[in-house]
Order: sequence, then structure tokens, then C-alpha cells
Amino acid sequence: MLAQTTSESAGIVPSVDWALLAPLVILAVGGILLITISSIFPRLRFGGFPAGFTILTAVIAGGSLTRVWNDVSENGPAWVVANALGIDFYTLFVWGTICLAVFFCAAFLDGYLRREAFDGPEWYVLLLMSASGGMILAASQDLILTFVGLEILSIAVYVLAGLHLRRSDSQEAAFKYFILGALSSALFLYGIALVYGATGTTLLPGVAVVRTDNPAGLNPLEDSSMILVGMALLMIGFGFKVSAAPFHFWTPDVYEGAPSPIVAFMASGVKVAGFAGMIRVFWQGFGFYVADWKPIVSVLAIASLIVGSLLALAQTNVKRMLAYSSITHAGFMLVAVHGVPYEGGFRTTAEESLGAQALLFYFLAYTLMVAGTFGVASIVSGNGDAATSLDDYRGLAKTSPVLAGLMAIFLFAQAGIPFTVGFWAKFRVIVSAVQTESYILAGIAMLAAVVAAVLYLRIVVSMFLTDSVPAVALAVDDDDLPEANEEVQAERAEVGTLGPIVIPRAGLAAVVIAAVATIVFGLLPGLGSGVLSDAADALIALRISS
Amino acid sequence: MYSFLAAEAEKVDSFSLLPAMIAVPALTAVVIALLPKSRADYLKLAALVGSTIAGAMSFYMLIKFQVNGDFQFVTKQDWVPDLGLSLFFAVDGISLFLVVLTGLLFPIAILTTEPHHDPKPYYVWLMLLMAGSLGAFMALDLLLFFLFFEVVLVPMYFLIGGWGHGNRVYAAMKFFLYTMAASALMLVGIIGLAFASADATRADGTRLGITFDVVELAENHTLGTTASTIIFLTFALAFAVKVPLFPFHTWLPDAHTEAPTAGSVILAGVMLKLGTYGMLRFGLYLFPTVVRDLAPIFLTLGVVGILYGAAVATMQKDLKRLVAYSSVAHMGFIVLGIFALNSQGLEGAVLQMVNHGISTGALFILVGWIYERRHTREIAALGGLQKSAPKMAAVFTIVMLSSLGLPGLNGFVGEFLILLGAFSSAQWWAVLAAFGVILAALYLLWAYQRSFHGPASGDNATMADLKLSELLGIAPLIILIVFLGIYPQPVLDRISPAVDRLIEHVDSRVDDYEEQEPVPTDRTGADGLVAVAEKIHAEAKDGHSEDEDHSDEESQGDGGTESAEAESTERSAAEISEEDSE
Repeated sequence: MLAQTTSESAGIVPSVDWALLAPLVILAVGGILLITISSIFPRLRFGGFPAGFTILTAVIAGGSLTRVWNDVSENGPAWVVANALGIDFYTLFVWGTICLAVFFCAAFLDGYLRREAFDGPEWYVLLLMSASGGMILAASQDLILTFVGLEILSIAVYVLAGLHLRRSDSQEAAFKYFILGALSSALFLYGIALVYGATGTTLLPGVAVVRTDNPAGLNPLEDSSMILVGMALLMIGFGFKVSAAPFHFWTPDVYEGAPSPIVAFMASGVKVAGFAGMIRVFWQGFGFYVADWKPIVSVLAIASLIVGSLLALAQTNVKRMLAYSSITHAGFMLVAVHGVPYEGGFRTTAEESLGAQALLFYFLAYTLMVAGTFGVASIVSGNGDAATSLDDYRGLAKTSPVLAGLMAIFLFAQAGIPFTVGFWAKFRVIVSAVQTESYILAGIAMLAAVVAAVLYLRIVVSMFLTDSVPAVALAVDDDDLPEANEEVQAERAEVGTLGPIVIPRAGLAAVVIAAVATIVFGLLPGLGSGVLSDAADALIALRISS
Repeated sequence: MYSFLAAEAEKVDSFSLLPAMIAVPALTAVVIALLPKSRADYLKLAALVGSTIAGAMSFYMLIKFQVNGDFQFVTKQDWVPDLGLSLFFAVDGISLFLVVLTGLLFPIAILTTEPHHDPKPYYVWLMLLMAGSLGAFMALDLLLFFLFFEVVLVPMYFLIGGWGHGNRVYAAMKFFLYTMAASALMLVGIIGLAFASADATRADGTRLGITFDVVELAENHTLGTTASTIIFLTFALAFAVKVPLFPFHTWLPDAHTEAPTAGSVILAGVMLKLGTYGMLRFGLYLFPTVVRDLAPIFLTLGVVGILYGAAVATMQKDLKRLVAYSSVAHMGFIVLGIFALNSQGLEGAVLQMVNHGISTGALFILVGWIYERRHTREIAALGGLQKSAPKMAAVFTIVMLSSLGLPGLNGFVGEFLILLGAFSSAQWWAVLAAFGVILAALYLLWAYQRSFHGPASGDNATMADLKLSELLGIAPLIILIVFLGIYPQPVLDRISPAVDRLIEHVDSRVDDYEEQEPVPTDRTGADGLVAVAEKIHAEAKDGHSEDEDHSDEESQGDGGTESAEAESTERSAAEISEEDSE
């Protein structure tokens, strides 16, 4: 793998191979165009234009990925922008997942904004900006650029979390998210400084080379404390972003308060980008220190699995429950991260990349499942985005069997039931753990999945096996029991009578797409395995090349 | 053994029976989902047609089945080659009758029972359940089996939770979580087994690679005793909960009692068999030596299950709960037969799986009918039904006598073979288990007496008798009860070659294991090694064989416990020193 840029001869500005950056550029330029167009033509601020434009942008960006993919498969991976961005199959895979997350979020936002009576190019612009930040984070080979990507990703999402101006919960969520996010960014930046001090470079391929001529004048082979502390701080920064325990405290509050379609993006796009950045930094940059960071990853994984699955049991708000479930999923992905550095050496190459495949497959599977779940949640949440308690889902199977059925598919997929994409995600993670002989980790992950299943089942019970409040009223009427009727009335008042659920077309279409993909990948788990293994090999190669 | 599979696989034409048999109910489920909700009669008809076609296919398979121990109707296709997954379906004498039983019980359950409400999702779930159960009995890829084993939880969960009685949501949750928790570690075990065996070499010298193919894994074993034991235990836990074996049975009375009648029939008739079938196919076939070592534990749990289930059943006030606990006892017999580890025991176990499916399925249908008519299952509230419903009393009598193992009916054949097998390998367990037969007679006859004899009062006096359609619905089960009791030979003929082959496999593996195991391991320490080496040297010098020592090791059975080895090496060292002093 050779650097394609010749920055020195071109003067101050490095020559950039824009064609390779097409997806990233399309998303960013799409965002700028959207806000420009809608300020010139104010009428376009309303209606379906912003959503349509965003979805189109995401689709074009996704389409351009195939061209870049072909380019990379012909000419090999490339390092562009003064080696700061690595364009390889791995990067492209993550970019594709991010495009998918943007697509889903934009489709959900459409109906949501109409219902909540917000006009909104800002929402979409911020979404596109955040996604482009995520793309930078996933591709970055320079810690400074990693930080920039992380901040673009996060700041846009901080604002998005608070954009539901009439809900104080939303403001509170944004505030909490921002404060804790800023703290983690500060730690992250300090980590970069320490790594620079220990190695004299912020470029990951440079960091990976153990050198003695570093600014701190340390021999890393004798005293690696500085780089280890730096690594620890970077891990904390990423831990915040991916909501791994014990850095998860913001997650339930933010997920509960933030607008539901935005949560769909936070849970899918932001988390995937965070993990992509994490594995890139630690595998490409700190591959030498695998023995030091692997145990930390396993501790974070175990903590996330236990905290996420157990604390979810105590919740009664669906969005909070799903927040804890996302912590459990973070635990699963950390198990996969733990399995990436596989150095057994006695297996065939196809078997070697199974750990990396597990992580990448989880990205895709998780995006489908969690986007679908929050897509349904954003439809069910009703006017004001308020109906998110478990009681609000009572009898959904009666009032809206389609939504309940779709939700059940996503919930069972998240629980890892066979013949859904969720099972294969879980299966591959366990494969990666077993391959590295981390049987304890595999066992804890499986048991956490069972505990987490309780929470999904509770939602299913609420939807399918509990009568809705109006239905209860009817049943009691039959029995002619006036006092019970009063009880029901009180219950209805307590729960809050909601208007009929309005199902937006775009949102429903996106949810159906996610559900179909969930089942299709569940039945044909080998679908796209060539792409997956190419991407996984590229991830594995990141370290070997340095 | 594998070569015949390859040969069979080539013979498979474009139409492969087994996947088609799974596809029919699955597609029926889709069709039912697309039918309009208002036409409840069409929904039932569609479900009946779909399940009957699948059932007919299973009978066609039964007729075409050749009487030998091979896997037949083999379909094998790569699924995810990277992960070593294949779509591998086949049946042999062990799974044959379970597939047929599934094909028989579903149409009967659909025919004889009606859902109280929402017929559409009800039949969708039943059809999916049928597809899943069939798949589980046919799959010979470990992971594929696991997929079906676990996916059947979802339809059953909805059936219990949606159409059950009383505390249905609690029962459904308990059922789902219990089973899922138990099988969670099994997935780790399965993957662990596939990866640990990846470096094994086949007979032709090629590397096995990652595969979940049960036949390959069984034929090319590389695992050490500890690893096998741990992996087997993860399997055993999943199966023990499913069976259910004694301390893991607490989900069963709730699930059975609260489930709708069709759910109880399928749960008892088909789904419990997944546990015992799994123990045979995946436990015994993959880990013969471990099963042999741990057999006393399972024999004990089986016997405890027999006695405990029977004792608790005697005390039940609810007729359905009584039948549920009788299942615990009957499944205990099957476990006893499996872990007797001889051909009579295994044959009896396989036969008894079928018998239990027929007789307990029929009992649940009958209890369901009583409940529909009387709206109670409390034994105390019933009485004298014989007068108002003589046909039902007659049917109930036959089914009950089959369940308690009366000679001449099917239950006797299975239980007799199991006790025969158990008596020859685990005498005292068999003796205790035989008391279970007596207890079964006690609780079943007593329940019958209280509900059908005596004076009929109130609603009991006016209870409607069986309709012709109901009689026709249950008739196949009654015919089978009598037929299998009088002439079980055709069934046993098909079971026994597969069982014999399995026993042969177990014996050869156990022989290998015993040859390997007495070699001192590093546990004895360097001194022990030296002593043994000296002993062998001494033997070679004066041609003196240590018969006494060998027999000692054999009588230890597993020959691998630390103390036994240490003792034998110590003694041989002492003998050598004596010889030296002489």
C-alpha cells in the first residue's frame, strides 16, 4: 500500500483525489446545498422537499460508494489528503452503513416533523453534516482529523437532540449530552496530546511504528507509560461516544429526551462511526500494544453487557429500555472489537478475519434493527413525541397490527432469534470470541442476551398480549360493572388518551425496508459475504501494512 | 460412514423431500397471513390443508424409508461456506418417527381444537411452529438444528400468551426465558466444538476446517476429555430444560396448563421430544465417552423425575396439570432409556417418544374437550361424566390405559424395553423406575375414577358427548395406540438399525478412549512417569505381565481419575522396588 499523494511538490495545499472522497463530499455538499436552496426558496422549507433531498443525497452517496469500491479493487487502497484519510474496503463498508443510517433517519424525520409541525431543513442539514463527520471519523488515519470528525459528528447531534423546541425533555437531553460529550472530547484531545508526545506524530501509521526519537525522549520499549495513558484517554473518549459502560450514564436520558428519529441515527450512525473510529485508531495505531488494550476492551464489554441488560429490567419507558439495550449491543460490539486482533496464526486467512467480519456485520445488522425499532417508536410516540411509556404500547397489535408486527420483528431480531439478522450478528460475535478463546466473554455475552430478551419480551407482551386501554373499557362494559368502568376511566386519564396513530408513508416504507432486510439477511446470512470479507480483510490489513 | 452420504447426495434430484416438507407449512403460514381476517372457516381449512400435505409427505417418507441404519433423503447444500454452515437435512430411524409424529399431531391438533379469538395469527403461529419442529428433527447441521430448536420458541410463546388461559403471559414468559437461557450457552458450546475440531484430520488426511456437520464432527473427534465434558454440559443443560429433566422442569406445569389445547398437544407431543432427541443425536452421538461417564447423573435425574412427577401428579387438583406432571414422569422414562446406553434402552426410548406424543397428545385433547364443555378442569368439580358422555369415557379409558403402560397398548412396549435396557446396565435405577409404573396407574386411575365415575350432578349430568367429527379427529391416535401395542415390530424394525449403529459408534469411541486413557498424564508427575517406564522396562525384561493391575484399571471404569492412577503407579513402583530387592 503506497501513499498516492505527492504533497511536498504541490506546495502548501496537498493535491486531493476527490473522486475517492466522493461519498463524503456528496454528503457534506448536499447539506450545504440543502440549506442554500431552502433559504433562497423559503417555500421548499415545508413539505417533502428536505427529506426527499436528503434521501436522494444519501442514495447518491451510497451509489458513488460502488464506484469508489471498484476503484479500490482495481488500484488498491489509497491514502488521501496527505495520508490523513485511508480509503479502503473497510472505510467504504462503514461509509455505506452510515449512508443507510442517514436514509432511515431522513425517512423517519419526514413524517415526524410534519406531525410535530416543525419546518425543517436544519434537521436534515445537521443530519448530513453529522454523517459526514462520522465518515471522516471512520476513515481518518490522523488523530487530529479523527478528533475533527468526532466533533463534527457530535456537535451536530448535540443540536439535533435539542431541536424539539417545545419539549423540555429534549432540551435537557441536549444539554446533558453536550456537557458529557464535551468532557469526553477534552479527555480525547488530551489523549491525542500524550500520544503525540510519546511518538512525535499524530498519523496512525506513524504512531504504529515504535520509535525512540520521540519528543518526550522515551524509549517505548522500556517506558510506555505515556502512550498507555494516552491510549486510555482515547478509549474513554470513544467509550463515551459508543455508550459503553461505565461511560454510558448519558445514554438513557438522552435517548429518552431526544426526538425519536434522531435517536435512530444516534443509535445507529453515531455508534457505528464511533466503533469504526475506535477499531481504526486502536488496531492501526496501537496494534503494537494489543496486549495492553485488549483486556480493557474486554472489561468494558463485560461491564456494558451486564449494565445494559440488567438495568433495562427496571425501566418502564420504551425509549429508555432501548437505550439500555443499545448499551448491551455496545457490549456485543466490544466483544467483536476484542476479537479483531486475532493472532493465532494456525488458521487459514478466511478464518483469520472472522473477528473483523463479526464487527462489520454487527454494524450493518445493528443499523437495520435499531433504525427500524426507533422508526416504529417515532411513529407510535404520537403527537408531541410523548407516548413512549410501556403502557402506550398496550394493545398496539389491535390498533395497528402492521406497526406491532414490524416492531416485533425488530425486537426479536435484537433478541437474537434465529432467522433474523440479529441472530447472525450475535452468532458471528460469539464466533469471534470463541476463536480468540475468550470463552468467558462469549458466555457472559450469551447470558446478557437472555437477560436483554426480557426487555424485548416486555414490549412484545405490551403490544400483543395486553389489551389496549379502550379495549379494556369495552370488555368491562360488557360485564356491566360501573365501578370497574370508573377504574378504567381513571386508567385512561392516567395513561393519557392519545389520538389515533398516524402512519406516515415515508416512515412506514423505511421501516418495511428495514424489516425485509432483517428477515432476508436472517434467511440468507451469506448474502454479500464477499463484500464483508473484503472489508474485514482490509481492516485486518491496516495493521500489517504499517 | 460418510461416503454413503456423498453417494446419497448425488442421487438427490431437483425435488428434495425434506426441505419441501418444511417449506409447505411455512408457505401455508404466508398464505394464511394474506387471507382476509373475516373468513375464519377458510383460515382453518388452509391450516388443515397445509399441515395435512406436510403430514402426507411425512407418511410418503415413511413408506419410502429403507430399513437400514443409514441417513436417508439426504439434502446437503452449502449455506455460508465461510462459516462452514450447510443446509444439511436427513432422517434415520431415530428421527423418522418423530417427523411422522409431527406430521400427524399438527393436523389432528388443528382439526380437534378451535381458537377462542383471532384465528388468523393463531394458525400462522401453528404453521410456523410445524415448520420449525420438522426442521429441528431433520437438521444434521448443528447450527441449523440450533436455529430450529430456538426459533420454535417464538410461535409457542405467542400461542401460550395469546390464546392461553389464566396466567398465560407469565407462563409464556417463563417458558421462553427458561428455554432461551438454557440454550444460550449451547451456542457457545456449538461454536466451540466446531472451532476446536477445525484442525482435525479426516481419514483421508484432509483438514476438517470449520464445520457444523454432525456426522463429520462425530467421525473426526479431537477433543480432550475436559473440553468434551464442558461442551457436552452446555448441550445437556439446553436439552435438560427442554425435556424437562427433574430440577429444570418448573416451567412445564405452567406452560402446559395455561397453553391452549393445541399448544399443549404440540408442546407435549412434539416439542419436549426435541430435548430427548437432542440428547440422542447430539449428546450421545458427539460425546459418547462423556455421556458414558456422566450417565449415572442423568439416570438418577431421570428416576427422580419419574418418581417426583408421578408423586406430584397424584396430588394435583387440576386435570390438565395432572397430565402435565405425568409428562415429567414419562419423559423421565425416556431419559432412563437413553442413558441405559444399550440397544433395548435406546429403542425403547425412541419408541416411547412416539408413544408419549400420541397418548399425552390425546389426553390433552380430551382434557381440552372437557374444559370446553364444563369450563373447569378441577377434578373435584367433575364426576360421573361416564353417564353423560359414554363415548368420551371410552376414549379416555383407552388413552389413559395406554399412558399408564397397560400391556397390549403402545405405552407398555416402550416402557418395557426401557426397563429391560436399564435393568441390564443400571439395575437399581431400573428397580426404582419400575415403581413409577405403579404410581402412574395410581394417579391416572384415581383421576379417572374421580372425574368419570360416581354420581353425576349439575352440569356434569348434562355434558354433551363426543360429536362424530371429534371422534373421527381422535380416531387416528386411538388406532395407533392399539396398533403399536399389538404389533410394534414394523416400527422397531426401522428404529433398531439406527440405534445399533449409534451403539456401535459409542462402543468404538469408548474403546478408543479406554485404550488412550490409562497412559499416565502429567498429573501423576515426573516420578510417576519414571516408575511406569521402569515397570514397562521390567516387564519387557522378564516377560512378567501385570494382569492384576490391568483388571484394577478396568474395574475403575473410567480409569482416568487421579487417585486411581496415582495408586496404580505407586503400587507398581513399590512392586518394582520389591522385585529389585529380591
